[in-house]
Parts: sequence; C-alpha cells; structure tokens
Amino acid sequence: MKYVDEFRDGQLAQGLARAIAAEALPDRRYNFMEFCGGHTHAISRYGVPDLLPSNVRMIHGPGCPVCVLPIGRIDLAIMLALEKGVILCTYADTLRVPASGRLSLMRAKARGGDIRMVYSVTDAIKIARDNPNKEVVFFAIGFETTTPPTAEAIRQADSEGMKNFSVLCCHVLTPSAIINILESPEVRVLGTVPLDGFVGPAHVSTVIGSRPYEFFAEEYRKPVVIAGFEPLDVMQAILMLIRQVNEGRAEVENEFTRAVTPDGNLKAQKLVSEVFELRRTFEWRGLGEVPYSALKIRGQYAQLDAERRFNLEYKPVPDNKSCECGAILRGLKKPIDCKLFGTVCTPEDPMGSCMVSSEGACAAHYSYGRYKDAEVTL
Amino acid sequence: MSAEIKKGYIRPLDLRNGRVDMSHGSGGRAMVQLITDLFSKHFANDYLSQGNDGTLLPEAKGRIVVSTDSHVVSPLFFPGGDIGCLSVHGTVNDVAVMGATPLYLTAGFILEEGFPLKDLARIVESMAKAAKEAGVTIVAGDTKVVEQGNGDGVFITTTGLGFLPDGDELSGDRVRPGDVVLLSGTLGDHGVAIMSQRENLSFDTPILSDTAALNGLVATMLASGANLKVMRDPTRGGLAATVNEISHQSGVGIHLDEANIPVRAEVEAACELLGLDPLNIANEGKLIAICAKEDSDLLLAAMRSHPLGERSAIIGQAVEDPNCFVQIRTRFGGRRMVDWLSGEQLPRIC
Ligand code: SF4
Repeated sequence: MKYVDEFRDGQLAQGLARAIAAEALPDRRYNFMEFCGGHTHAISRYGVPDLLPSNVRMIHGPGCPVCVLPIGRIDLAIMLALEKGVILCTYADTLRVPASGRLSLMRAKARGGDIRMVYSVTDAIKIARDNPNKEVVFFAIGFETTTPPTAEAIRQADSEGMKNFSVLCCHVLTPSAIINILESPEVRVLGTVPLDGFVGPAHVSTVIGSRPYEFFAEEYRKPVVIAGFEPLDVMQAILMLIRQVNEGRAEVENEFTRAVTPDGNLKAQKLVSEVFELRRTFEWRGLGEVPYSALKIRGQYAQLDAERRFNLEYKPVPDNKSCECGAILRGLKKPIDCKLFGTVCTPEDPMGSCMVSSEGACAAHYSYGRYKDAEVTL
Repeated sequence: MSAEIKKGYIRPLDLRNGRVDMSHGSGGRAMVQLITDLFSKHFANDYLSQGNDGTLLPEAKGRIVVSTDSHVVSPLFFPGGDIGCLSVHGTVNDVAVMGATPLYLTAGFILEEGFPLKDLARIVESMAKAAKEAGVTIVAGDTKVVEQGNGDGVFITTTGLGFLPDGDELSGDRVRPGDVVLLSGTLGDHGVAIMSQRENLSFDTPILSDTAALNGLVATMLASGANLKVMRDPTRGGLAATVNEISHQSGVGIHLDEANIPVRAEVEAACELLGLDPLNIANEGKLIAICAKEDSDLLLAAMRSHPLGERSAIIGQAVEDPNCFVQIRTRFGGRRMVDWLSGEQLPRIC
C-alpha cells in the first residue's frame, strides 16, 4: 500500500526530526496537546516521542470516544440489555469499559445480555430487520466523525417506519471539550498545565472543517494545527506549532489539506443538524459536566430515541477514587502518576476508561511506552 | 422370483445430501458406518485398523515429544485452507519446532448435529492429504456429536507424537543476550485471510492463509548445524505473544527491527483497514528461531534454501534487560514496546 508508506517514511521522519530540533529554542519548553485518540495512537505506535527533543512534550487529550464515556452511560446500556431485554448493538471498544458494580458490557453479555458487536450502525439496522420481534438499540458513541452515519440511520429507520429500532445517543462534540480544557482553572489561571498549542483532529475536521477552531485560537491565544493521523502528519504539525509559538502567532493552520477544508462537509453537517440538537449539558468521563458538548435526538424522532422510548433516567456515578483519568485527560498528570497504573489497573482489567482503548493515554503508555519508565528507575 | 435371504442392508452414507445426526455419535451402527466409510477410508493405515481400544505403536528411538491442540476456526473453509489441514499443520508444527520429527497424530472430532456430511468429507480428505504430505500417520481417533446449537459445525482436536534425538533440546529459556531472532516469512497471512472472510473484505489479490507443515523446513534448519536455542510458531497472539513468552522464559529483553519484518502489501492494507497490527495476528505456517549470533547467517541461508523459508529474515536480537521488555524500532524511526495483546484484537472505531 504505497499511499500509506509515503506517510510513514523513516527518512522523511529523520528530516523532520532534525528540523524540529533545529527550530525548537533550547531555553524554552513546548507543551502541545494532541486532542485526538487517533493521534495518541499514532504517536505511541510509531514511537514519535523518540524523534522529539526533550523540551517538546506531547500531552494526550480527551479525544478518545471510549475514554470519555461516563460510567452512568454504560450503566444505561447495560440496563437496557439486562433488564429491558433489548438486543444492544455496540462498537467493540465499548465492551470492556468498566461500569458500576464491577460490570462492563462484556460481563453483562456473559450474564445473558444480548449484546452484539457491530462495525457500523448499518449492521445494527440489519439486526433490527432480522429480529422484528425484538427491540434493538444502537449504542451510539463517538465524535463528529461517527455522528453523520448515526443521523443517516435514524432518518432511514424513520422513513421505513421501523418499529423496533432506537438509538442511545452519546455523541459528543470536539470544540466544546477543547474549550472546557482551556477554561479549566489549571490552564487559565494557575498555569499548572502549560499548554502551548493543539494538534487538531484529522477525521473530525473533515466533517466540521477548520473554522470552528478559529474562535479559540483567537480567544485563548493558542495555535492549532490540524493534522492527519499518519505519524509524518503529526511530526509536520509539531514543527508548524513550534514555528507559531516562536513567532508569537496563534492561528489555525491546516497540515491535512489533502482532506480538510475550512467549511468541512456541509452535507454531513446539515444531515446532523436535521436529526440532532445540542444537549444543555453532558457528563464526560474525566472532564465532568460540560455545557453544550453533546447531541441528543430531536423530538421529531422521539420514537427512535432510546432514552425517551425506555424512559431512561441518567444517574451520574463517580469514578474509582484513585483513578486519575480526569487529571490525565486534562494534561495535569501522566499515567505513571496514578497509583493503580500497571498494578491494579492494566489493559486486561482496566479500572478507568483511559486504560481501555488503545487510544487512551494509560493504555497507550502501558502497551507502547512503559520501557521508558524502567529506564528512569534503573 | 425365488425367496432370497438378504444380508442386513445398511443404506450407504449419503455424502451428497446427508447430515450428521445424533445417531452418528451414539455408538451404534450409524457411528461405525461413519467411521469406516469416512474416517478409516481416508486415513487408512495399519495402526488405525488394529480395531482395539488403544493403538499399539512400534518401539522408537529417542525422547518423545507430545503436543495437543484444539481447532475451532470459523469459517471452516477459508482462502488457502480449511479446518482439516489446519488441525494437522498446527500440531505437526508444535512438535516440529521442538526439534523433533513428528510421526503420529490422533484426531478427536466434535460434530454438530445437522452438519452436512459433504463438508465433513471435504474436511477429512483435506486432513488426510495434509497428513500424507507432512509424513505423519493418523493412528487413533474419536467422534462425538452434540445437539444443534451446541457447536459450530466441527471442532477438531489433534495430538501429535514425535521423536527427539539425544542432545541439547530446544527451549524458550535458553536465549542469552546477543542471540539473534529469525523469522521464516511474511507475518499475518492466516489471520487476515480469516478476518477478511468474516468481514467480507475483498482484495484484488486474495489473501491466502499460510497454513503449512513446517517439519521439512525445521529438518533443513537442524541439518545446517547452527546452534539453535529455540524455535516456535507464532500462532494465536502472533509474533508479539511468542517473542514475549520467550523473553520472559529466558529473562532477557528482545529488540526487534520493524523494517526487517516481512509483511505482504495486501496484509498491510487489510490491517490498516481493520485497525490491526500484523505483529498480533495469527500465523499457521511460520516459525521464529533464535540462535547464537555467529551462526545466524548460516541459519538464514539454510532457511532461505527451503521453499517455506524463502522470505526468511533476521528480525532482532536479545539484549540484557531485567524487565524482559520486547521493544521494536519502528520503520518510522521511533521506538516502542511490543506487548501481549489485551483481550481480543479489536478494530478501532475512529
Ligand atoms: S492507570 Fe487506570 S486507574 Fe489510573 S488513571 Fe489510568 S485508567 Fe485510571
């Protein structure tokens, strides 16, 4: 696959590494957050930190759809499967996310819940068609990338008059989460988290475009460089961020021009706004309640909204007290700062959500970066 | 017509439209018929026809190596193979990578009620062919039938027996810092062949499973005289799991070089699509070998001289590391750990 290799070329990477080392000023530190789990994964998977000078640090942001799912939402899904007897369709990553009472969707499945792993919402629709006598619920999670397919499915189910299909909507929005981080006292007032800029999302931006980031680049004086998910994209974005910082600029730049335009995908945006509206507030794991940060299904499609259809009531559940996911998602702490890391909490038996998906900060560090901790203690 | 005394008539096994039913496992005539008309017919050999509860094997020289493996692959037929040949190759390879010569296999079948006899015949024929090619004899077998819904068509458990000449045995705890890691060919072919079938992915060039018996390749490697420490076939869990097992057994770290690990372009593309890592994917016709550094070129040449080892490569080296970490230098130029996979390897969603 030539296309992919072009973006992973070791020699180009070395060249970029030299440019970064040459342009990063030795007497200052650069702290950049990659918002997206996809970037976190690429950075860890390809060993990007090895190619960066020691004064350039990457902070893993909250852009991993599984990591930000609060316990209360998983509890709702489990309840639907175990108590309401629905067929619950979900993406594979959510299966192992720890929920209340030491349950997870995987464990609920072992207790007899009919929980099925799907690759897309289309699979869920098919399951609903094949099981006309069962209620089928699609557990919809993810950022702006996964929202349009869910919207399309809801519209389709509506026009077909499907009677047994509904969606438990947990779609969240990227810009509000970034603003929440920038607004947090640690960043704004105390400056305990020095944040010098963002590597902006790749796939999300193909949908929403680069314009939504302009507000906070300007308002919070933080440069944003939108980058593709390939490791060379990330390196290039880091170089562009360093240049902005050095020149005192705070602009939205686009490294990912091969896919992202200023306006994004207008058709997809229109579809989404037809089916969804903003929630007043939504709980994020790690960030807490974030105003206007998620979507709910419009009243017009109420019968396709699992929350209304089954009269679900959301109950927030606090995380394990020792879990530092919240601080890690905000860049306040690193995975090794958590007492549970690698002992009580491992990818086999995750305590917090950052340990579940390979895009989560704790799991990425556990699977790919742990050798570095050892080098320090030796 | 004059009255004629008819012999007890049993309708022959309907291999075209027949299906497995509960009577095929009940110990009655139907079971005997299934065994004689299908299993004995294809596996035919003197040991199997002894007809006793156990099989008596001749005296043999050397220490005995034994290995057993249950096969539950879905789909049962996949590009490049099927559960039949896979169940032979898997066990032959487990015995062979111990440095032993595999000679005998036993086979246990769990059949699901309703399974088409036509498919069963295909599987049995494929097993017989694979065993013949690998030079092993199927000397004992067993069949059970479970009710519909309690199995997935066919499960096959095979046990292999082989003999190991005197001398140093190969073992996962013999690796020392400096030893060199070799791989016999491309990674991920089997797992991706299966997964692309399940996910209905189609490629310009279909990806075939690499399922194959490795005892010939192993014999060539042993004959080279290289100072081998351990061999292992990276099946479930892929290369990542195998190398981690060895590093922990031997108490060393292992450093791999991604640029030297052969992966087919189609497999790479499929992994990209499914969010998988070739290092974690199962192989059924590959082995890794670790040998003393000074013998690595000799061993590499021997491996490449065998058709199943043409794309062999040196992929890494053992190092001193009390944490027994496996690390890889990525093609991109960075470094990372290679860990066991947690849970199932699941495609990422975003
Ligand atoms: S190691 Fe586990 S418990 Fe600790 S912060 Fe990470 S996910 Fe939470």
